[in-house]
Amino acid sequence: MSEEKLMQIFIMGKAYNVPAGITIMDAMEYAGYQFVRGAGCRSGFCGACGTVYRKEGDYRLEFALACQEMVEEGMHLTQLPFTPAPRSRYVLDDLDAGENVLLQHYPAIARCVSCNTCTKACPQDIEVMDYVQAALRGDLEKVSELSFDCIQCGLCSMRCPADIKHYHFAQMARRLYAVTQSPEPDHLQTRMSELAEGIHEAELDTLMKMNLEELKQRYAQRVIETEGEAS
Amino acid sequence: MSQSGAGVRNEGYPASMRDSIAKVEATRDQRLKEGPQKAMSPEQREQVLQEWHPDYKADKKRAVAVGPSKGERMPHEVVDLLEAYPVVDPRSINLASPDREVQVLILGGGGAASVAALFAHQEGIPTQDILMVSKLRHGDCNSIMAQGGIQAADRECDSPASHYIDVLGGGHYTNNPELVKALVNDGPLMIDWHEKLGALYDKVDGQYLEAHGGGTSRMRMHSAKDYTGMELMRVIRDEVRNVGIPVIEFAPAVELLLDEDGHAAGAVLTNLETDEYMVVKASATVLATGGFGRLHIQGFPTTNHYGATADGLIMAYRAGARVIDMDSVQYHPTGVAYPAAILGQLATEKLRNQGAEPVNAHGESFVYPLEPRDVESAAIIRECYGNNNGVSTPSGIRGVWLDTPMIDAIHGKGTLKKRLAAMWMMWHRHDIDITIEPALVFPTLHYQNGGVEIDADARTRIPGLFAGGEVAGGVHGKNRLMGNSLLDYNVFGRRAGISAAKWAKEHSAKTPTLKHIEAFCADLKSAGIKADRTAPIILPDYRREAVLERQLKTLA
Ligand SMILES: Cc1cc2nc3c(=O)[nH]c(=O)nc-3n(C[C@H](O)[C@H](O)[C@H](O)COP(=O)(O)OP(=O)(O)OC[C@H]3O[C@@H](n4cnc5c(N)ncnc54)[C@H](O)[C@@H]3O)c2cc1C
Ligand code: SF4
Ligand code: SF4
Ligand code: FES
Repeated sequence: MSEEKLMQIFIMGKAYNVPAGITIMDAMEYAGYQFVRGAGCRSGFCGACGTVYRKEGDYRLEFALACQEMVEEGMHLTQLPFTPAPRSRYVLDDLDAGENVLLQHYPAIARCVSCNTCTKACPQDIEVMDYVQAALRGDLEKVSELSFDCIQCGLCSMRCPADIKHYHFAQMARRLYAVTQSPEPDHLQTRMSELAEGIHEAELDTLMKMNLEELKQRYAQRVIETEGEAS
Repeated sequence: MSQSGAGVRNEGYPASMRDSIAKVEATRDQRLKEGPQKAMSPEQREQVLQEWHPDYKADKKRAVAVGPSKGERMPHEVVDLLEAYPVVDPRSINLASPDREVQVLILGGGGAASVAALFAHQEGIPTQDILMVSKLRHGDCNSIMAQGGIQAADRECDSPASHYIDVLGGGHYTNNPELVKALVNDGPLMIDWHEKLGALYDKVDGQYLEAHGGGTSRMRMHSAKDYTGMELMRVIRDEVRNVGIPVIEFAPAVELLLDEDGHAAGAVLTNLETDEYMVVKASATVLATGGFGRLHIQGFPTTNHYGATADGLIMAYRAGARVIDMDSVQYHPTGVAYPAAILGQLATEKLRNQGAEPVNAHGESFVYPLEPRDVESAAIIRECYGNNNGVSTPSGIRGVWLDTPMIDAIHGKGTLKKRLAAMWMMWHRHDIDITIEPALVFPTLHYQNGGVEIDADARTRIPGLFAGGEVAGGVHGKNRLMGNSLLDYNVFGRRAGISAAKWAKEHSAKTPTLKHIEAFCADLKSAGIKADRTAPIILPDYRREAVLERQLKTLA
């Protein structure tokens, strides 16, 4: 890799030379950092690696996941590995979906000034402000739908001038929506009672007693369900 | 998100790969019409495994020289750690006055740990008598990364027995039948629990959208888009927070404690930020520290989270637990092969269960898309290195195409973006639109098939030590099927939590000791093993050039 072209970046103000074509996370490691905080899944799913940066010659701050965003020449980087955002404790079964529970638990929602900063900060391209608006209307379904891809990185809440804790209330909204408006299919309950009655025990016991040859035969005889048969 | 700008960015695929993409496009309609390749016969499967699966290379393994599984062959990378010396000097730790005393100590901050905590509490242990400790943040783990789904036999045309035979056949009949029985019987129970907690599974007209996974005979894969693991983990974590179970983050366990009766008695933790040790005495200990992807077995890149370094396996082994089936490693058939920046990250099996098929450089399909994972991986490696039909990337990595545009062609425009939002986003970030262009893939290190031996109540051989999730072995035998490890962490996380609570109510640990560590060191010495390696390693080190090596190491 010696002939690889290096470029200059700044990590918390200090200059380092790193190769092109790698993520911010890999670039920081290349520069000599070993992460304790600020790295989790390394695949864009956990929200541990929230990063703020500014590009050379630009005054604006931009937001990204260090494990997903490619490093660029002249980036000024820092990480926000922790968001000190309070969440409201609740008992799911005691919540009343009829009232505007989101506002009760997170009154700051009402202070949204529609600046759209949260949406711009979101590395998941979520329409964050829109789900805040939906929350104001008490529309649990819309909040759930719009916020579903949220990886709870906290970048939106770090930027919000109204100090709204977006990802916490959205979590509560999705759970409440699920238990009140997305009922469990009947066949699951049917299977649960069959299991309680022990209806399937005998068949399982037969299989458990089979020797290797019998098992192999049984496996070979499986009929694979085809698409379309699904009920 | 940054939109564009100066500097280097990926502009989708380089010109050198475009010819091959054109060939894939040219054969797509015909392939769609003809349908996928036929599944292999048992003999064909055996042959491709023997010749091409990394597990079957004898020189990549050796027998472990000490401990309860002495003589068993495992990958060098695992043996290196099992035969390593401790990080803590047992004599430097004051065990007489523990920093904390609890009834149930749970090691881990992932799925199995969180489920165990909730069920230990439900079983009657007050929250302040439970302690969860994690290496990273609560939820930074493999569980949150799962995309494809979770199996449970809940439909009328399905049954626990059908699930059972699928699991056993997939695992080459090496699974522990009692554990498989627990797995399949508890499936519907766990889905019901998730429903009650408010997890949002995919539904159409009020019914689950259930799909096949590699090696399933019935469609029983439940999903939450391709964020299944994230949806479950964040809901379960939210509940742990509601219930108020104490969690200490960035405080990994580095050694287990035993009392004079040989019962588990807690753990020594280290504070990753202050480097201080902390002794926690506990009547029952639950091991839920997950798998080993970050050991990069045979140099493979991995799908796993940063903390997947087999710590729990190492600690339990030193304390006297047996580890089983560690000779087999799961390589996921479809890790990202291009762009190099996300090499080895997962391209979920759900892409294939929704219709995308593997295609070689000439646009030909060469394998049934949903073989068990080991077979599918071996077939892709053969296509690249045996038949020389792979596509080469600018950095010299070979891969095959996963023809993702087939998904919308089969199920209608918009399906991929809706059902596979995370996948779409992953490539989109690198300017590749997988609804239009195929994705380049190659097998990646994915899952620890084996692990610490447990019984159906999640008990290890060490009284008072319980284990569940990826750290434990026996459930999947030598090969796990997609969707069964999310189920595993729920089923055995629950059982471990309940068993630990019951044990803690009846036993209180006596004074903790580290005598087993001194004994283990003596064994290492008499086996002639030099003191040049320590474990657990806690965090992998990718500093400096290591980061580039990690990206460039492949099979070749
Ligand atoms: C990318 C990806 C996709 C997957 N997709 C699927 C899928 O679709 N379906 C499916 O069924 N399975 C899937 N799996 C597998 C499944 O997600 C995992 O096997 C399962 O979630 C493991 O759960 P766990 O709780 O045992 O481990 P984890 O969730 O990994 O949790 C382990 C925890 O222990 C912590 N820890 C580690 N060492 C220590 C220590 N020394 N002290 C304290 N804490 C420690 C870790 O930081 C982590 O918090 C996937 C896995 C990956 C990586
Ligand atoms: S909504 Fe907020 S917390 Fe969620 S992913 Fe976007 S920025 Fe992160
Ligand atoms: S950043 Fe805050 S105030 Fe601005 S739109 Fe978003 S929620 Fe409203
Ligand atoms: S490390 Fe998990 S999102 Fe980046």
